[in-house]
Amino acid sequence: MAKTFSIKRQPGFATIAMFCFFLLYLPIATLVVYSFNSGSSIAIWEGFSLRWFQSAWNNQQVIEASVRSLQIAAVAAVIATACATLAAIATTRTAPYRGLTIKYSIINMPLLVPEIVTAVALLILFSRVKVWTGYSGLGYLIVAHAAFCIPFAYMPIRARLESMDLSLERAASDLYASSFQTFRYVTLPLLWPGILAGLMLAFVISLDDVVITEFVKSGGQDTLPTYMLGQLRRVVTPEMNAISTVFLVISLAIVTLFFFLSRTPQKDNE
Amino acid sequence: MTLSAQDATEQRQKKHVRDRWLLSAPALILIIAASVGPLLIVVLYSFLAPGSYGDVKWEFSTEGWFNVLFTRDIFDDTVSLADAHFSIFWRSIKLAFATTVFCLIFGFPTAYFIATRAPHNRSLWLFLITIPFWTNMLIRTFAIQEVIRSEGIINTLLMKIGIISAPIQMMFTDFAIMLGMTYVFLPLMVLPLYASLEKLDFRLIEAGYDLYASRFGVLWRIIIPLVKPGIIAGSILVFVPALSSYVVPRVLGGGKNLMVGNLIELQFGQGRNWPLGAALSVTLVIIVLFAMLYYVRNASKSGGSAHG
Amino acid sequence: MHGIKKWFGTFQAVDDVTLEIRSNEFFTLLGPSGCGKTTLLRMIAGFELPTEGQVLLDGTDISRLLPNQRPVNTVFQNYALFPHLTVAENIGFGLKMLGKPKSEIDSVVKDMLKLVHLEGRGNNPVTQLSGGQQQRVALARALAPRPKVLLLDEPLSALDLKLRKSMQMELKRLQLETGITFVFVTHDQEEALTMSDRIAVMSTGTVRQVGSPWDIYDRPAERFVADFIGETNFLEADVVSVSGDRARVRLSSGAEISATYPDGVTPKGKVTIVVRPEHARLGPPGSGVLEGVLDDIVYLGTDNHFHVKVDGGGTFIVRQQNAKSGPCGFSEQERVSIAINDDVAQILRD
Ligand SMILES: Nc1ncnc2c1ncn2[C@@H]1O[C@H](COP(=O)(O)OP(=O)(O)O)[C@@H](O)[C@H]1O
Ligand SMILES: [Mg+2]
Repeated sequence: MAKTFSIKRQPGFATIAMFCFFLLYLPIATLVVYSFNSGSSIAIWEGFSLRWFQSAWNNQQVIEASVRSLQIAAVAAVIATACATLAAIATTRTAPYRGLTIKYSIINMPLLVPEIVTAVALLILFSRVKVWTGYSGLGYLIVAHAAFCIPFAYMPIRARLESMDLSLERAASDLYASSFQTFRYVTLPLLWPGILAGLMLAFVISLDDVVITEFVKSGGQDTLPTYMLGQLRRVVTPEMNAISTVFLVISLAIVTLFFFLSRTPQKDNE
Repeated sequence: MTLSAQDATEQRQKKHVRDRWLLSAPALILIIAASVGPLLIVVLYSFLAPGSYGDVKWEFSTEGWFNVLFTRDIFDDTVSLADAHFSIFWRSIKLAFATTVFCLIFGFPTAYFIATRAPHNRSLWLFLITIPFWTNMLIRTFAIQEVIRSEGIINTLLMKIGIISAPIQMMFTDFAIMLGMTYVFLPLMVLPLYASLEKLDFRLIEAGYDLYASRFGVLWRIIIPLVKPGIIAGSILVFVPALSSYVVPRVLGGGKNLMVGNLIELQFGQGRNWPLGAALSVTLVIIVLFAMLYYVRNASKSGGSAHG
Repeated sequence: MHGIKKWFGTFQAVDDVTLEIRSNEFFTLLGPSGCGKTTLLRMIAGFELPTEGQVLLDGTDISRLLPNQRPVNTVFQNYALFPHLTVAENIGFGLKMLGKPKSEIDSVVKDMLKLVHLEGRGNNPVTQLSGGQQQRVALARALAPRPKVLLLDEPLSALDLKLRKSMQMELKRLQLETGITFVFVTHDQEEALTMSDRIAVMSTGTVRQVGSPWDIYDRPAERFVADFIGETNFLEADVVSVSGDRARVRLSSGAEISATYPDGVTPKGKVTIVVRPEHARLGPPGSGVLEGVLDDIVYLGTDNHFHVKVDGGGTFIVRQQNAKSGPCGFSEQERVSIAINDDVAQILRD
């Protein structure tokens, strides 16, 4: 019995796709597997051990860099999400007005400018500001991260807002709610999944940043990615794999959460 | 009566717009202050003279731009074309282009595969594509390095099987950079392609087969023209970050195989030439801008007739 | 087509269909939505394979050929024109895929544009055409490779009434001019009756009756066909005698009329007969074969519909043309008699 002619099939496409998925995960899988290697090779398997995780844990620099990464990501993500939420409210569900397109372009600009150029620009700017103010703390990194995280936080919030039913808010204002009350008790709760998704995206993006951090950081302000970048120049031990694995797991957990959060609005509509 | 009502609406409209500017102000200010605005400083710096220990001297100079194109011999002041810069720009463009082509070759079938899955499975496949995208780029580059190093898993395996006797040198080559960038940027190709393919009207493909097209004929004459906007979008999304890539060539190219990003960085170390670095940055932005312009023009041309 | 069966999983969409479609004819598959017409058509085109049975074209089995190997083209319901191509490129697509030289393609495209009255529109993008024009491009595109069979799946359903009427004529003309076999799918009985040489009436995956429009309308073989096509009166009757292709039947009123019956049936005992409303006449009491009370008069402009409550139960509808203007001569609640013309009643297969 011949199979029905499938109009969607293209010969070899499924194979290439599978090959792609395989290649996409092969390096990551290798990296994770060898972080559990008891030997110090990244190619010869010598048995299971948590030795490299332990060694990373005992590495003062790694711990400091990790804590710094998390601090920066947390603060920058909150700032970026707050700004993005307000901006999303200001730019969605409105009749076009003067400046709306300019706002869109500015908000998306960080995505378009090559990161290396932004990094250089911030290096120049902040080196001046550091001289003027004498302040050289984490503030610079936080501001820089918050700025380039805004477009990422903005995307899911805007998407959520656009899929929301305006009539609910109209109903609320009919019931004598002030615009602040409407926002607080109607819009915000409905918008919450979008905000959470934005927060998580911003957090992950900040956590992953290398280039801008590398240029903006002052001495002794290594985040985990810049610390790793520095280490990669030397002989690499599976300790790097262990650190990467931990970071992978954190990112993965957040992104998976994001995946399920951003699925819900579709279900609502069905 | 009517006039005052009109006035009232106008007032309300004005307040409405003002409120919206106020709401968006924090985001706009932050982005302008710490992301977009500083670009102007880069332009300014490209017209200043280099300081002796990095930084700049506050006097107008076109030396930075001059140095993008020419080098002055330190001893006798003779001027020659800056071959190093040209070759690095040229290599960057070549590598970014090759990366785009490879991403397209692998990304198109993958996106097509996802778009032809049952609807409820698609988001899962898509998720599988995006996971690596959201994991640290440095880690992914590092992962590639671990695979292709001389002591890495590929060489070790090949040597064990006996196909090769000495490890193949893959690290620190252009090939390594291209492989790494393809790996890192592939999701950026797949996502817009998928978005286009998902909207594809498969009844048109049926019509194609009905009119004697082969599988390849349908692909070449119907599917590809119809998803051209997606192909262009994906290509730009890959080409732009690949062109200005910094981490991948730094890790996989070693110190030798520079791309524009690394060249720029070099100018900002101690005792280097900041105005030259600034001028190089502006040059990069201009190239990127042209690529985008090309995209916008093509997208608006083919966008109209894509789905009637 | 021979013994075609099609299952989608456990659902049987087409059940044992055997049809013979003659060359150069305008053949229509008629049936309510969901009865399997599209599925049948897609099996001829090659987009579905029959679970059982064969599709024969000029005596050779084509049921395992791929769609692009069959000399069969389709006019799709939504036209499925290629939006990235011009009108001419759409029409020439099939020939191009067949590897025909450019000069031949150009001349065929020109002929086709003329055939469907779109001269000078060749270079227009198809997206700028009106619905009717797109429809004609779709036709030209499917006709250009001169297929042995042209399949049309409800091609007119997206058009408004007036356009639909003119396209019906157009389609008929194209079929006559090109001499290509048309297999036309519709759920609109009027469309089927106007255009077809022969009609197959389908219901839940099976073919109920095949015949000329006249056969289908005047000589329905069974209740479903009679009911689906036009308005009909069903009457209970007893067979009195059979002679040749006529039978005499006795109605509930005791009156006897002559009736035809479908092939392969020997009428006997209790039967159901059908009489079309326009085949009966209303008269004063005692003048016809059925007596009753005029219950309702529905004025339709061209006709009047008289709903008669027949003595002994049931309603009978009589349709009479308004040959002259003014009142129809009958009034509601009046006692009337119904006369039935000779040889218009048809006995149904049970
Ligand atoms: N691919 C399919 N899978 C499952 N059931 C189908 C499929 N195609 C059609 N059917 C079912 O087969 C029946 C006949 O469909 P179709 O041939 O489209 O009817 P028609 O064209 O007469 O309206 C319908 O009940 C439909 O739901
Ligand atoms: Mg149908």
